[in-house]
Amino acid sequence: MAKGVFIVAEQRDGAFRKISYELASTARKLADELGDEAGAILLGSGVEGIAGELGKYGVDKVFVVDDAAMEPYTTDAYAAAVAKIVKENDPAILLFGATAQGKDLSARVAGKLATGLATDCTELKIADGKMVAVRPMYAGKCFGEVVTSTFPQMASIRPNVFPAVENAKAGAVTKVDAGLDPAQLKTKVVEVQKDTSGKIDLTEANIIVSGGRGMGGPEGYAILEELANILGATVGASRAAVDSGWRPQTDQVGQTGKVVSPNLYVACGISGAIQHLAGMSSSKYIVAVNKDPEAPIFSKADYGLVDDLYKIVPELAKECKKLLG
Amino acid sequence: MPEKQSVMRSIPEGGHVNIVACVKQVPDTEAQIKVKPDGSGIDESGIKWVMNPYDEFGVEEALKYKEKFGGDVTIVCFGPGRAMESIRTALAMGADKGIHIDDPAYEGADAYATASVLAAAIKGIPYDIIFCGQRAIDDDSGQVAAILAELLDLPQLTVVTKAESDGKTVKVVRPVEGASFVIEAALPAVVTAQKGLNEPRYASLPGIMKAKKKPVDVKKVADLGVTLESKAKVVKMVPPPARPPGKIISGDEPAAKAAELAKLLREEAKVI
Repeated sequence: MAKGVFIVAEQRDGAFRKISYELASTARKLADELGDEAGAILLGSGVEGIAGELGKYGVDKVFVVDDAAMEPYTTDAYAAAVAKIVKENDPAILLFGATAQGKDLSARVAGKLATGLATDCTELKIADGKMVAVRPMYAGKCFGEVVTSTFPQMASIRPNVFPAVENAKAGAVTKVDAGLDPAQLKTKVVEVQKDTSGKIDLTEANIIVSGGRGMGGPEGYAILEELANILGATVGASRAAVDSGWRPQTDQVGQTGKVVSPNLYVACGISGAIQHLAGMSSSKYIVAVNKDPEAPIFSKADYGLVDDLYKIVPELAKECKKLLG
Repeated sequence: MPEKQSVMRSIPEGGHVNIVACVKQVPDTEAQIKVKPDGSGIDESGIKWVMNPYDEFGVEEALKYKEKFGGDVTIVCFGPGRAMESIRTALAMGADKGIHIDDPAYEGADAYATASVLAAAIKGIPYDIIFCGQRAIDDDSGQVAAILAELLDLPQLTVVTKAESDGKTVKVVRPVEGASFVIEAALPAVVTAQKGLNEPRYASLPGIMKAKKKPVDVKKVADLGVTLESKAKVVKMVPPPARPPGKIISGDEPAAKAAELAKLLREEAKVI
Protein backbone atom coordinates (compact mmCIF):
# COMPACT_ATOMS: atom_id res chain seq x y z
CA MET A 1 0.00 0.00 0.00
CA ALA A 2 1.22 3.44 -0.87
CA LYS A 3 2.80 5.09 2.15
CA GLY A 4 4.79 8.21 2.96
CA VAL A 5 4.92 11.79 1.75
CA PHE A 6 7.60 12.54 -0.85
CA ILE A 7 8.78 15.80 -2.29
CA VAL A 8 10.79 16.57 -5.39
CA ALA A 9 13.31 19.11 -4.15
CA GLU A 10 14.56 21.83 -6.47
CA GLN A 11 18.11 23.03 -6.72
CA ARG A 12 19.82 25.37 -9.14
CA ASP A 13 23.60 25.34 -9.58
CA GLY A 14 24.01 23.08 -6.57
CA ALA A 15 22.05 25.23 -4.11
CA PHE A 16 18.53 24.52 -2.89
CA ARG A 17 15.85 26.93 -3.87
CA LYS A 18 13.66 28.18 -1.04
CA ILE A 19 10.70 26.17 -2.32
CA SER A 20 12.59 23.00 -1.36
CA TYR A 21 12.45 23.94 2.32
CA GLU A 22 8.80 24.91 1.98
CA LEU A 23 8.16 21.50 0.42
CA ALA A 24 10.14 19.64 3.09
CA SER A 25 8.26 21.38 5.92
CA THR A 26 4.92 20.75 4.25
CA ALA A 27 5.75 17.06 3.75
CA ARG A 28 6.80 16.79 7.42
CA LYS A 29 3.48 18.24 8.55
CA LEU A 30 1.41 15.93 6.35
CA ALA A 31 3.55 12.91 7.24
CA ASP A 32 3.06 13.61 10.95
CA GLU A 33 -0.69 13.76 10.46
CA LEU A 34 -0.60 10.43 8.64
CA GLY A 35 1.98 8.87 10.96
CA ASP A 36 4.26 8.25 7.97
CA GLU A 37 7.72 9.20 6.83
CA ALA A 38 8.70 12.22 4.78
CA GLY A 39 11.01 11.51 1.86
CA ALA A 40 12.71 13.71 -0.69
CA ILE A 41 13.94 13.20 -4.23
CA LEU A 42 16.93 15.29 -5.23
CA LEU A 43 18.18 15.31 -8.81
CA GLY A 44 21.27 17.03 -10.16
CA SER A 45 24.95 16.74 -10.84
CA GLY A 46 27.34 17.12 -7.90
CA VAL A 47 24.44 17.53 -5.48
CA GLU A 48 24.97 14.62 -3.10
CA GLY A 49 26.78 16.92 -0.65
CA ILE A 50 23.75 19.16 -0.09
CA ALA A 51 21.18 16.35 0.22
CA GLY A 52 21.43 16.10 4.00
CA GLU A 53 20.33 19.74 4.38
CA LEU A 54 16.76 18.67 3.69
CA GLY A 55 16.85 16.78 7.00
CA LYS A 56 16.92 20.12 8.81
CA TYR A 57 13.45 20.85 7.47
CA GLY A 58 11.96 17.54 8.51
CA VAL A 59 12.83 15.00 5.84
CA ASP A 60 13.57 11.47 7.09
CA LYS A 61 15.26 10.23 3.95
CA VAL A 62 16.58 11.62 0.71
CA PHE A 63 16.91 9.74 -2.59
CA VAL A 64 19.62 11.33 -4.66
CA VAL A 65 20.32 10.89 -8.34
CA ASP A 66 23.72 12.49 -8.85
CA ASP A 67 24.33 12.19 -12.56
CA ALA A 68 25.73 14.45 -15.27
CA ALA A 69 22.52 13.83 -17.27
CA MET A 70 20.59 15.68 -14.53
CA GLU A 71 22.29 19.00 -15.25
CA PRO A 72 20.83 21.17 -16.62
CA TYR A 73 17.19 20.25 -16.03
CA THR A 74 15.39 18.47 -18.83
CA THR A 75 11.82 17.20 -18.60
CA ASP A 76 12.78 13.80 -19.97
CA ALA A 77 15.65 12.98 -17.62
CA TYR A 78 13.91 14.31 -14.53
CA ALA A 79 10.53 12.73 -15.26
CA ALA A 80 12.13 9.33 -15.90
CA ALA A 81 14.13 9.49 -12.66
CA VAL A 82 11.20 10.67 -10.54
CA ALA A 83 8.90 8.01 -12.00
CA LYS A 84 11.46 5.31 -11.28
CA ILE A 85 11.97 6.35 -7.65
CA VAL A 86 8.22 6.67 -7.10
CA LYS A 87 7.55 3.22 -8.56
CA GLU A 88 10.21 1.66 -6.34
CA ASN A 89 9.10 3.39 -3.15
CA ASP A 90 5.34 3.79 -3.63
CA PRO A 91 4.68 7.03 -1.72
CA ALA A 92 1.05 7.98 -1.01
CA ILE A 93 1.67 11.67 -1.68
CA LEU A 94 4.13 13.35 -4.03
CA LEU A 95 4.71 17.10 -3.85
CA PHE A 96 6.43 19.55 -6.20
CA GLY A 97 6.98 23.28 -6.17
CA ALA A 98 4.71 25.22 -8.50
CA THR A 99 7.79 26.80 -10.04
CA ALA A 100 8.67 26.89 -13.73
CA GLN A 101 10.55 23.61 -13.34
CA GLY A 102 8.07 22.02 -10.95
CA LYS A 103 5.10 22.78 -13.18
CA ASP A 104 6.80 21.33 -16.25
CA LEU A 105 7.99 18.24 -14.41
CA SER A 106 4.95 17.46 -12.26
CA ALA A 107 2.57 17.41 -15.22
CA ARG A 108 4.81 15.03 -17.17
CA VAL A 109 5.19 12.77 -14.13
CA ALA A 110 1.40 12.79 -13.64
CA GLY A 111 1.11 11.57 -17.21
CA LYS A 112 3.75 8.89 -16.73
CA LEU A 113 2.26 7.59 -13.49
CA ALA A 114 -1.33 8.07 -14.72
CA THR A 115 -2.31 9.77 -11.51
CA GLY A 116 -3.99 13.01 -10.50
CA LEU A 117 -2.20 16.28 -9.88
CA ALA A 118 -3.50 19.44 -8.21
CA THR A 119 -1.44 22.40 -9.42
CA ASP A 120 -0.35 25.54 -7.60
CA CYS A 121 -2.00 24.70 -4.27
CA THR A 122 -2.29 27.16 -1.41
CA GLU A 123 -3.37 24.67 1.27
CA LEU A 124 -2.97 20.93 1.76
CA LYS A 125 -4.85 19.01 4.42
CA ILE A 126 -5.59 15.45 5.35
CA ALA A 127 -9.15 14.09 5.58
CA ASP A 128 -9.95 10.40 5.97
CA GLY A 129 -6.31 9.49 5.38
CA LYS A 130 -6.23 11.27 2.02
CA MET A 131 -4.81 14.57 0.94
CA VAL A 132 -7.26 17.33 0.08
CA ALA A 133 -5.58 20.01 -2.03
CA VAL A 134 -6.95 23.53 -2.05
CA ARG A 135 -6.06 25.54 -5.12
CA PRO A 136 -7.03 28.83 -6.72
CA MET A 137 -8.95 28.53 -9.98
CA TYR A 138 -9.76 31.29 -12.46
CA ALA A 139 -6.58 32.96 -11.13
CA GLY A 140 -8.05 33.09 -7.64
CA LYS A 141 -11.58 34.22 -8.48
CA CYS A 142 -12.58 31.01 -6.71
CA PHE A 143 -10.93 28.05 -5.00
CA GLY A 144 -11.36 24.34 -5.60
CA GLU A 145 -10.83 21.45 -3.22
CA VAL A 146 -9.28 18.60 -5.15
CA VAL A 147 -9.07 14.96 -4.15
CA THR A 148 -7.08 12.55 -6.24
CA SER A 149 -8.38 9.01 -6.25
CA THR A 150 -5.17 7.42 -7.55
CA PHE A 151 -1.75 7.12 -5.90
CA PRO A 152 0.48 8.87 -5.45
CA GLN A 153 -1.78 11.83 -4.86
CA MET A 154 0.22 14.61 -6.50
CA ALA A 155 0.21 18.32 -5.82
CA SER A 156 2.41 21.30 -6.55
CA ILE A 157 2.56 24.09 -3.98
CA ARG A 158 2.68 27.78 -4.70
CA PRO A 159 5.97 29.38 -3.65
CA ASN A 160 5.88 31.76 -0.67
CA VAL A 161 2.66 30.36 0.78
CA PHE A 162 3.74 27.37 2.88
CA PRO A 163 6.13 28.15 5.75
CA ALA A 164 9.61 26.64 5.85
CA VAL A 165 10.08 25.42 9.43
CA GLU A 166 13.25 23.92 10.83
CA ASN A 167 12.50 20.55 12.37
CA ALA A 168 15.59 18.37 12.25
CA LYS A 169 15.18 14.75 11.16
CA ALA A 170 17.63 12.14 9.97
CA GLY A 171 17.76 13.19 6.33
CA ALA A 172 19.43 9.85 5.54
CA VAL A 173 20.84 9.93 2.03
CA THR A 174 20.44 7.04 -0.42
CA LYS A 175 22.08 7.22 -3.83
CA VAL A 176 19.94 6.00 -6.70
CA ASP A 177 20.97 5.13 -10.21
CA ALA A 178 18.34 6.62 -12.51
CA GLY A 179 19.15 4.00 -15.14
CA LEU A 180 18.50 6.51 -17.89
CA ASP A 181 18.15 5.26 -21.39
CA PRO A 182 19.69 7.94 -23.67
CA ALA A 183 16.92 7.19 -26.18
CA GLN A 184 14.45 8.61 -23.64
CA LEU A 185 16.14 11.98 -23.74
CA LYS A 186 14.38 13.87 -26.47
CA THR A 187 15.14 17.44 -25.55
CA LYS A 188 18.47 19.16 -25.34
CA VAL A 189 19.26 22.36 -23.50
CA VAL A 190 21.35 24.34 -25.95
CA GLU A 191 21.98 27.29 -23.71
CA VAL A 192 21.06 28.73 -20.32
CA GLN A 193 20.89 32.51 -20.45
CA LYS A 194 21.17 33.77 -16.89
CA ASP A 195 19.46 36.93 -15.85
CA THR A 196 22.29 38.79 -14.18
CA SER A 197 20.11 41.59 -12.81
CA GLY A 198 19.70 39.69 -9.55
CA LYS A 199 15.98 40.44 -9.70
CA ILE A 200 13.83 38.01 -7.72
CA ASP A 201 11.07 36.50 -9.81
CA LEU A 202 7.61 37.92 -9.12
CA THR A 203 6.31 34.51 -8.08
CA GLU A 204 8.98 34.27 -5.39
CA ALA A 205 9.17 37.89 -4.25
CA ASN A 206 8.30 38.87 -0.68
CA ILE A 207 7.45 42.39 -1.76
CA ILE A 208 6.16 43.59 -5.13
CA VAL A 209 5.88 47.20 -6.22
CA SER A 210 3.64 47.27 -9.26
CA GLY A 211 2.67 49.98 -11.71
CA GLY A 212 -0.26 50.31 -14.07
CA ARG A 213 -1.72 52.66 -16.62
CA GLY A 214 -1.43 55.51 -14.13
CA MET A 215 2.35 55.44 -14.54
CA GLY A 216 1.74 57.25 -17.82
CA GLY A 217 4.70 55.75 -19.61
CA PRO A 218 7.83 53.64 -19.20
CA GLU A 219 9.89 56.46 -17.61
CA GLY A 220 7.72 56.54 -14.52
CA TYR A 221 8.89 53.14 -13.42
CA ALA A 222 12.17 54.67 -12.26
CA ILE A 223 10.51 55.77 -9.02
CA LEU A 224 9.07 52.29 -8.53
CA GLU A 225 12.51 50.78 -9.13
CA GLU A 226 13.92 53.12 -6.51
CA LEU A 227 11.30 52.14 -3.93
CA ALA A 228 11.79 48.48 -4.84
CA ASN A 229 15.54 48.76 -4.29
CA ILE A 230 15.02 50.15 -0.82
CA LEU A 231 12.50 47.44 0.08
CA GLY A 232 14.29 44.56 -1.63
CA ALA A 233 11.19 44.25 -3.80
CA THR A 234 10.52 43.18 -7.37
CA VAL A 235 8.75 45.53 -9.80
CA GLY A 236 5.60 44.24 -11.46
CA ALA A 237 3.14 45.70 -13.94
CA SER A 238 -0.48 45.51 -14.97
CA ARG A 239 -1.61 44.14 -18.33
CA ALA A 240 -2.30 47.69 -19.53
CA ALA A 241 1.33 48.66 -18.89
CA VAL A 242 2.70 45.51 -20.56
CA ASP A 243 0.39 45.78 -23.55
CA SER A 244 1.48 49.42 -23.98
CA GLY A 245 5.06 48.16 -24.22
CA TRP A 246 6.20 49.97 -21.07
CA ARG A 247 7.36 46.82 -19.30
CA PRO A 248 8.37 43.34 -20.43
CA GLN A 249 5.79 40.60 -20.49
CA THR A 250 7.60 38.76 -17.67
CA ASP A 251 6.57 41.61 -15.33
CA GLN A 252 2.85 41.15 -15.85
CA VAL A 253 0.72 40.30 -12.83
CA GLY A 254 -2.79 38.99 -13.42
CA GLN A 255 -4.87 36.25 -14.95
CA THR A 256 -2.84 36.23 -18.17
CA GLY A 257 0.41 36.95 -16.39
CA LYS A 258 1.82 35.83 -13.09
CA VAL A 259 -0.35 34.99 -10.14
CA VAL A 260 1.53 36.21 -7.09
CA SER A 261 1.32 35.90 -3.29
CA PRO A 262 3.88 38.25 -1.76
CA ASN A 263 3.74 39.52 1.83
CA LEU A 264 3.26 43.03 0.47
CA TYR A 265 1.89 44.20 -2.86
CA VAL A 266 2.08 47.93 -3.58
CA ALA A 267 -0.22 48.83 -6.49
CA CYS A 268 0.59 52.20 -8.01
CA GLY A 269 -1.66 53.69 -10.65
CA ILE A 270 -3.46 50.37 -11.06
CA SER A 271 -7.22 50.70 -11.22
CA GLY A 272 -7.85 47.04 -10.43
CA ALA A 273 -9.38 45.30 -13.42
CA ILE A 274 -10.87 41.94 -12.42
CA GLN A 275 -8.14 40.02 -14.19
CA HIS A 276 -5.47 41.97 -12.27
CA LEU A 277 -7.17 41.61 -8.89
CA ALA A 278 -7.41 37.87 -9.50
CA GLY A 279 -3.66 37.68 -9.93
CA MET A 280 -2.67 39.47 -6.72
CA SER A 281 -5.50 39.30 -4.22
CA SER A 282 -3.89 36.46 -2.28
CA SER A 283 -1.09 38.85 -1.27
CA LYS A 284 -0.91 39.15 2.52
CA TYR A 285 -1.00 42.96 2.53
CA ILE A 286 -2.07 45.21 -0.31
CA VAL A 287 -1.36 48.92 -0.64
CA ALA A 288 -3.12 50.96 -3.31
CA VAL A 289 -2.03 54.38 -4.49
CA ASN A 290 -4.42 55.86 -7.02
CA LYS A 291 -5.84 59.26 -7.83
CA ASP A 292 -9.31 57.85 -8.45
CA PRO A 293 -11.12 57.16 -5.15
CA GLU A 294 -13.55 54.90 -7.04
CA ALA A 295 -10.83 52.61 -8.39
CA PRO A 296 -11.76 48.95 -7.69
CA ILE A 297 -8.24 48.30 -6.36
CA PHE A 298 -9.29 50.03 -3.11
CA SER A 299 -11.78 47.24 -2.42
CA LYS A 300 -8.84 44.85 -2.02
CA ALA A 301 -6.42 47.23 -0.32
CA ASP A 302 -5.44 47.03 3.34
CA TYR A 303 -4.03 50.53 3.08
CA GLY A 304 -5.25 53.00 0.50
CA LEU A 305 -3.91 56.40 -0.49
CA VAL A 306 -6.05 58.51 -2.78
CA ASP A 307 -3.40 60.72 -4.29
CA ASP A 308 -0.97 61.22 -7.13
CA LEU A 309 1.50 58.35 -7.10
CA TYR A 310 4.22 60.69 -8.37
CA LYS A 311 3.88 62.63 -5.10
CA ILE A 312 3.46 59.62 -2.81
CA VAL A 313 6.00 57.10 -4.09
CA PRO A 314 9.16 59.28 -3.75
CA GLU A 315 8.06 60.28 -0.24
CA LEU A 316 7.36 56.66 0.63
CA ALA A 317 10.80 55.71 -0.63
CA LYS A 318 12.34 58.38 1.61
CA GLU A 319 10.39 57.19 4.66
CA CYS A 320 11.23 53.55 4.05
CA LYS A 321 14.88 54.40 3.64
CA LYS A 322 14.77 56.18 7.02
CA LEU A 323 13.04 53.24 8.71
CA LEU A 324 15.23 50.58 7.17
CA GLY A 325 18.44 52.50 7.64
CA MET B 1 0.72 12.46 -49.23
CA PRO B 2 2.82 11.83 -46.17
CA GLU B 3 2.66 8.48 -44.49
CA LYS B 4 0.33 8.67 -41.55
CA GLN B 5 1.05 8.13 -37.89
CA SER B 6 4.75 7.58 -38.23
CA VAL B 7 6.30 9.21 -35.20
CA MET B 8 9.86 9.26 -36.48
CA ARG B 9 9.21 10.94 -39.81
CA SER B 10 10.66 14.31 -40.64
CA ILE B 11 9.18 16.82 -42.99
CA PRO B 12 10.32 16.19 -46.55
CA GLU B 13 11.41 19.13 -48.69
CA GLY B 14 8.23 20.62 -50.06
CA GLY B 15 6.22 17.89 -48.35
CA HIS B 16 2.91 18.36 -46.64
CA VAL B 17 3.18 19.64 -43.09
CA ASN B 18 0.56 18.76 -40.54
CA ILE B 19 0.17 21.29 -37.76
CA VAL B 20 -2.17 20.83 -34.82
CA ALA B 21 -3.36 23.48 -32.38
CA CYS B 22 -5.46 22.58 -29.34
CA VAL B 23 -7.97 25.09 -28.07
CA LYS B 24 -10.29 25.44 -25.11
CA GLN B 25 -13.12 27.87 -24.58
CA VAL B 26 -13.01 29.71 -21.25
CA PRO B 27 -14.72 32.64 -19.52
CA ASP B 28 -13.34 36.00 -20.58
CA THR B 29 -10.73 37.47 -18.20
CA GLU B 30 -13.14 40.23 -17.19
CA ALA B 31 -15.79 37.70 -16.14
CA GLN B 32 -16.91 37.71 -12.52
CA ILE B 33 -16.82 34.11 -11.33
CA LYS B 34 -19.66 33.12 -9.00
CA VAL B 35 -19.60 29.75 -7.29
CA LYS B 36 -22.92 27.90 -7.21
CA PRO B 37 -24.40 27.83 -3.69
CA ASP B 38 -23.83 24.07 -3.41
CA GLY B 39 -20.16 24.42 -4.39
CA SER B 40 -20.58 22.03 -7.30
CA GLY B 41 -19.19 24.45 -9.88
CA ILE B 42 -19.51 27.97 -11.18
CA ASP B 43 -22.63 29.78 -12.22
CA GLU B 44 -22.24 30.06 -15.98
CA SER B 45 -25.06 32.54 -16.52
CA GLY B 46 -23.98 35.82 -18.05
CA ILE B 47 -20.48 34.61 -18.82
CA LYS B 48 -18.86 35.72 -22.05
CA TRP B 49 -16.93 32.78 -23.49
CA VAL B 50 -13.74 33.25 -25.45
CA MET B 51 -10.89 31.18 -26.78
CA ASN B 52 -8.36 30.66 -23.99
CA PRO B 53 -5.90 33.58 -24.49
CA TYR B 54 -2.86 31.28 -24.33
CA ASP B 55 -4.43 29.03 -26.98
CA GLU B 56 -4.69 32.10 -29.23
CA PHE B 57 -0.91 32.38 -29.06
CA GLY B 58 -0.74 28.68 -29.95
CA VAL B 59 -3.07 29.10 -32.94
CA GLU B 60 -1.10 32.12 -34.13
CA GLU B 61 2.16 30.18 -33.90
CA ALA B 62 0.56 27.31 -35.82
CA LEU B 63 -0.48 29.74 -38.56
CA LYS B 64 3.01 31.25 -38.73
CA TYR B 65 4.41 27.75 -38.99
CA LYS B 66 2.07 27.04 -41.87
CA GLU B 67 3.09 30.29 -43.58
CA LYS B 68 6.71 29.17 -43.40
CA PHE B 69 6.40 25.50 -44.32
CA GLY B 70 3.03 25.14 -45.99
CA GLY B 71 0.65 22.37 -45.01
CA ASP B 72 -2.46 22.76 -42.93
CA VAL B 73 -3.56 23.58 -39.43
CA THR B 74 -6.06 21.37 -37.63
CA ILE B 75 -7.80 22.73 -34.54
CA VAL B 76 -8.60 20.13 -31.91
CA CYS B 77 -11.03 20.99 -29.14
CA PHE B 78 -12.66 18.97 -26.37
CA GLY B 79 -15.59 20.95 -25.07
CA PRO B 80 -19.35 21.45 -25.09
CA GLY B 81 -21.39 22.72 -28.05
CA ARG B 82 -20.58 26.37 -27.30
CA ALA B 83 -16.87 25.65 -27.82
CA MET B 84 -17.56 25.46 -31.58
CA GLU B 85 -17.37 29.27 -31.53
CA SER B 86 -13.72 29.09 -30.49
CA ILE B 87 -13.00 26.55 -33.23
CA ARG B 88 -14.65 28.88 -35.76
CA THR B 89 -12.58 31.77 -34.42
CA ALA B 90 -9.40 29.78 -35.04
CA LEU B 91 -10.64 28.83 -38.52
CA ALA B 92 -11.41 32.49 -39.20
CA MET B 93 -7.85 33.36 -38.17
CA GLY B 94 -6.70 30.99 -40.90
CA ALA B 95 -6.73 27.41 -39.60
CA ASP B 96 -7.97 24.87 -42.13
CA LYS B 97 -10.14 22.37 -40.31
CA GLY B 98 -11.32 21.30 -36.92
CA ILE B 99 -12.05 18.32 -34.75
CA HIS B 100 -14.60 19.00 -32.04
CA ILE B 101 -15.08 16.36 -29.39
CA ASP B 102 -18.45 17.53 -28.17
CA ASP B 103 -19.43 15.22 -25.36
CA PRO B 104 -21.11 15.63 -21.95
CA ALA B 105 -18.10 13.77 -20.51
CA TYR B 106 -16.35 17.14 -20.73
CA GLU B 107 -17.98 18.07 -17.44
CA GLY B 108 -15.78 16.76 -14.67
CA ALA B 109 -12.99 15.63 -17.01
CA ASP B 110 -9.66 16.35 -15.33
CA ALA B 111 -6.36 17.09 -17.05
CA TYR B 112 -5.58 13.40 -17.56
CA ALA B 113 -8.97 12.64 -19.07
CA THR B 114 -8.81 15.73 -21.29
CA ALA B 115 -5.32 14.85 -22.49
CA SER B 116 -6.48 11.28 -23.21
CA VAL B 117 -9.27 12.60 -25.43
CA LEU B 118 -6.98 15.02 -27.28
CA ALA B 119 -4.33 12.31 -27.69
CA ALA B 120 -6.86 9.87 -29.13
CA ALA B 121 -8.15 12.52 -31.57
CA ILE B 122 -4.63 13.53 -32.65
CA LYS B 123 -3.51 9.91 -33.08
CA GLY B 124 -6.14 9.65 -35.78
CA ILE B 125 -4.53 12.35 -37.93
CA PRO B 126 -1.01 13.02 -39.16
CA TYR B 127 0.92 15.54 -37.07
CA ASP B 128 4.34 17.17 -37.23
CA ILE B 129 4.01 19.75 -34.48
CA ILE B 130 1.36 20.39 -31.83
CA PHE B 131 0.75 23.80 -30.28
CA CYS B 132 -1.19 24.36 -27.06
CA GLY B 133 -1.62 27.28 -24.68
CA GLN B 134 0.64 27.01 -21.63
CA ARG B 135 -2.46 26.77 -19.44
CA ALA B 136 -6.17 27.46 -19.62
CA ILE B 137 -7.19 30.46 -17.57
CA ASP B 138 -10.25 28.72 -16.09
CA ASP B 139 -8.93 25.78 -14.13
CA ASP B 140 -5.34 27.08 -14.34
CA SER B 141 -3.99 23.56 -14.13
CA GLY B 142 -1.36 23.75 -16.90
CA GLN B 143 -1.06 19.97 -17.23
CA VAL B 144 -2.94 18.91 -20.34
CA ALA B 145 -0.19 19.58 -22.88
CA ALA B 146 2.45 17.70 -20.86
CA ILE B 147 0.19 14.68 -20.36
CA LEU B 148 -0.72 14.83 -24.05
CA ALA B 149 3.00 14.77 -24.89
CA GLU B 150 3.49 11.79 -22.57
CA LEU B 151 0.57 9.89 -24.10
CA LEU B 152 1.91 10.53 -27.61
CA ASP B 153 5.49 9.84 -26.47
CA LEU B 154 6.64 13.25 -27.69
CA PRO B 155 9.00 15.83 -26.24
CA GLN B 156 7.35 18.78 -24.52
CA LEU B 157 8.58 22.35 -24.72
CA THR B 158 6.45 24.31 -22.31
CA VAL B 159 5.73 27.96 -21.59
CA VAL B 160 7.83 29.27 -24.45
CA THR B 161 8.24 32.86 -25.64
CA LYS B 162 10.09 32.05 -28.85
CA ALA B 163 9.95 29.08 -31.22
CA GLU B 164 12.02 28.56 -34.34
CA SER B 165 12.01 25.57 -36.61
CA ASP B 166 13.88 24.28 -39.61
CA GLY B 167 11.12 21.79 -40.28
CA LYS B 168 12.93 18.92 -38.59
CA THR B 169 13.65 20.32 -35.16
CA VAL B 170 12.21 23.07 -33.02
CA LYS B 171 14.23 25.41 -30.86
CA VAL B 172 12.50 27.40 -28.15
CA VAL B 173 13.18 29.96 -25.48
CA ARG B 174 11.66 29.07 -22.13
CA PRO B 175 11.92 31.69 -19.38
CA VAL B 176 12.26 30.31 -15.85
CA GLU B 177 12.89 32.21 -12.60
CA GLY B 178 16.08 34.20 -13.17
CA ALA B 179 17.09 32.60 -16.47
CA SER B 180 15.98 31.53 -19.91
CA PHE B 181 16.56 28.05 -21.28
CA VAL B 182 17.14 27.59 -24.97
CA ILE B 183 15.89 24.08 -25.70
CA GLU B 184 15.90 22.01 -28.85
CA ALA B 185 13.94 18.91 -29.76
CA ALA B 186 13.33 16.84 -32.87
CA LEU B 187 9.84 16.99 -34.35
CA PRO B 188 7.17 15.98 -33.77
CA ALA B 189 6.90 17.81 -30.48
CA VAL B 190 4.37 19.55 -28.25
CA VAL B 191 5.02 23.28 -27.80
CA THR B 192 3.06 25.37 -25.29
CA ALA B 193 2.66 29.09 -25.80
CA GLN B 194 3.35 31.79 -23.25
CA LYS B 195 2.36 35.41 -23.71
CA GLY B 196 5.10 37.14 -25.68
CA LEU B 197 5.46 34.33 -28.23
CA ASN B 198 3.61 36.36 -30.85
CA GLU B 199 0.78 38.79 -31.42
CA PRO B 200 -2.33 36.83 -32.44
CA ARG B 201 -3.96 38.14 -35.60
CA TYR B 202 -7.57 39.19 -35.70
CA ALA B 203 -9.97 37.27 -37.86
CA SER B 204 -10.73 39.27 -41.01
CA LEU B 205 -14.26 39.55 -42.33
CA PRO B 206 -13.48 37.33 -45.36
CA GLY B 207 -11.77 34.98 -42.91
CA ILE B 208 -14.95 34.78 -40.85
CA MET B 209 -17.01 34.09 -44.00
CA LYS B 210 -14.61 31.38 -45.16
CA ALA B 211 -14.49 29.80 -41.70
CA LYS B 212 -18.17 28.95 -41.93
CA LYS B 213 -17.44 26.58 -44.82
CA LYS B 214 -14.34 24.94 -43.38
CA PRO B 215 -14.82 21.34 -42.25
CA VAL B 216 -15.23 20.53 -38.56
CA ASP B 217 -15.46 16.88 -37.63
CA VAL B 218 -17.74 16.55 -34.61
CA LYS B 219 -17.14 13.45 -32.55
CA LYS B 220 -18.10 11.81 -29.29
CA VAL B 221 -15.56 10.41 -26.86
CA ALA B 222 -16.80 6.89 -27.70
CA ASP B 223 -15.91 7.47 -31.39
CA LEU B 224 -12.28 7.79 -30.36
CA GLY B 225 -12.20 4.43 -28.60
CA VAL B 226 -10.94 5.95 -25.38
CA THR B 227 -12.26 5.40 -21.89
CA LEU B 228 -12.24 8.48 -19.71
CA GLU B 229 -10.66 8.15 -16.33
CA SER B 230 -10.49 11.29 -14.25
CA LYS B 231 -7.85 10.95 -11.58
CA ALA B 232 -8.39 14.22 -9.76
CA LYS B 233 -11.81 15.47 -8.78
CA VAL B 234 -12.80 18.95 -7.70
CA VAL B 235 -15.00 17.96 -4.76
CA LYS B 236 -16.00 21.47 -3.79
CA MET B 237 -15.61 25.01 -5.03
CA VAL B 238 -15.64 28.03 -2.75
CA PRO B 239 -15.36 31.78 -3.25
CA PRO B 240 -12.05 33.36 -2.25
CA PRO B 241 -11.75 34.33 1.41
CA ALA B 242 -13.07 37.86 1.99
CA ARG B 243 -10.43 40.47 2.77
CA PRO B 244 -11.00 42.58 5.87
CA PRO B 245 -11.97 46.17 5.08
CA GLY B 246 -8.96 48.39 4.47
CA LYS B 247 -7.88 51.70 5.86
CA ILE B 248 -7.75 54.87 3.78
CA ILE B 249 -4.87 57.07 4.85
CA SER B 250 -6.14 60.60 4.50
CA GLY B 251 -4.54 63.99 4.83
CA ASP B 252 -3.36 66.86 2.67
CA GLU B 253 0.37 66.39 2.67
CA PRO B 254 1.75 63.55 0.55
CA ALA B 255 4.83 63.39 2.79
CA ALA B 256 2.73 62.95 5.94
CA LYS B 257 0.61 60.27 4.28
CA ALA B 258 3.65 58.41 3.02
CA ALA B 259 5.16 58.55 6.51
CA GLU B 260 1.95 57.19 8.02
CA LEU B 261 1.90 54.35 5.47
CA ALA B 262 5.54 53.43 6.07
CA LYS B 263 4.84 53.35 9.82
CA LEU B 264 1.81 51.10 9.39
CA LEU B 265 3.71 48.72 7.10
CA ARG B 266 6.51 48.55 9.62
CA GLU B 267 4.61 48.42 12.91
CA GLU B 268 1.12 47.10 12.15
CA ALA B 269 1.58 44.82 9.14
CA LYS B 270 5.22 44.09 9.92
CA VAL B 271 6.02 43.50 6.26
CA ILE B 272 8.93 45.89 5.81
